[in-house]
Amino acid sequence: MPITPEDTVRWIRRIAVVLHENREYLTQLDSPIGDGDHGINMDRGFKAVIDKLPTVANMDIGSILKTVGTTLVSTVGGASGPLYGTAFLRASMATSGKHELYEADVVHMLEAALEGVKARGKAQPGEKTMVDALTPALAAMKEAEQQNAGLARLLRRGSDAAEAGMKATIPLLATKGRASYLGERSVGHQDPGATSSWLMLKALADTCA
Amino acid sequence: MTVGLVIVSHSARLAEGVAELAGQMAHGKVAIAVAGGASEGGLGTSVEKILAALRQVDGPEGILVLLDLGSAVMATEMAVEVFVQASPHAVLISPAPLVEGAVIAAVEASVGNSLPEVAEAAASAYTLPKINSRS
Repeated sequence: MPITPEDTVRWIRRIAVVLHENREYLTQLDSPIGDGDHGINMDRGFKAVIDKLPTVANMDIGSILKTVGTTLVSTVGGASGPLYGTAFLRASMATSGKHELYEADVVHMLEAALEGVKARGKAQPGEKTMVDALTPALAAMKEAEQQNAGLARLLRRGSDAAEAGMKATIPLLATKGRASYLGERSVGHQDPGATSSWLMLKALADTCA
Repeated sequence: MTVGLVIVSHSARLAEGVAELAGQMAHGKVAIAVAGGASEGGLGTSVEKILAALRQVDGPEGILVLLDLGSAVMATEMAVEVFVQASPHAVLISPAPLVEGAVIAAVEASVGNSLPEVAEAAASAYTLPKINSRS
C-alpha cells in the first residue's frame, strides 16, 4: 500500500501532536547548547501548519508538503524554520503531482529533503545537526528498498536509523549553529535538531505501520 | 541613489540600534532598512521581515545585507532567493561583524561607492583592530 495524500495529512497531524508532546523535551535539549527555543519553535510552526492543512487536504502530496514548508519558513524564527522549511519544500518538489508514494518515491523524497538541509545549512554528517539523523535514515531506507522490504519496514528502518544517528550526536563536537559557540562544552549533549528529525520520521513510520 | 543596506538581527532593538549608528555615519544619504526579531515578535529571524526590508531599500545600486548570527544567514539567503525573482538588482550578504560592518558600509555607500566596493570595505571590518595595541 503506497502513501496517499490522506496518509500524508495524518503524518503531518501526528508530527504536530508529537512535537507538542515533546515541546519541553526539545527545549531542554536545546537549552544547554542552543538558544532554548527549539521545542517552542517547532510546536508553534506545526500548530500553524495544522491551521493551513484543510486548504490542501484534497490535493496531491507535493502540494501538501509545499504548504508545510512555506508555513514553517514564515512561522519558525530559529534556524529550524529555514532548515525544515527547505526540507519540506524540496520534499514537495520530489512528490509534485503525486497521489501515491511507493518505496522509491519515499527514498527520493527523503534524499531531496536531506540535500536541501545540507545545502541550506552548509552542513555535512558529523557536525551534530539534523543531518546526522537524516543521513543514516536515508541509507537504511535505500537498503530496505533494494531488499524489497516493503514500505512499512522501510519507514521503520529509516526511523530506527535516525534514532541511532540522533543518539550518536551526543559525543560529537558542534561546529554548526549556536552550539558551535560552546566549543568543547557541546560534547555530551544530544542534538535537538537531530531529535526533532527522528520524531518526524518516527511519526511517518507510525502513521504507515 | 546609493547602495541600500539591510540590517538583520535576532533582536529588533539590536537591528534598530545598529541602523541608528550606521545612519549617523551616512548623514541621511543611504537607505537603511531593518529586519529584527521573529515574525510574531521576540528573538529570532523572519524571512518575511527580511524580504520586506529588501523591498524597502531596493534600487539600481543594489543592496548589502549585514547580519548578526546563526539562522540570520539562512533566513537571509531564503529571502534573497525570493527577492531576486522579482528584482533585477544585486544583493550581497556580508560576512562582516554587524556593528563595524554596518558603520563602514554606511560610510562607503554614502560617498557613492559601488556594491562590490561597499561589500569589500564592510568585510574588511574583520581585520580592523578594535583596540590599538602599541607593541
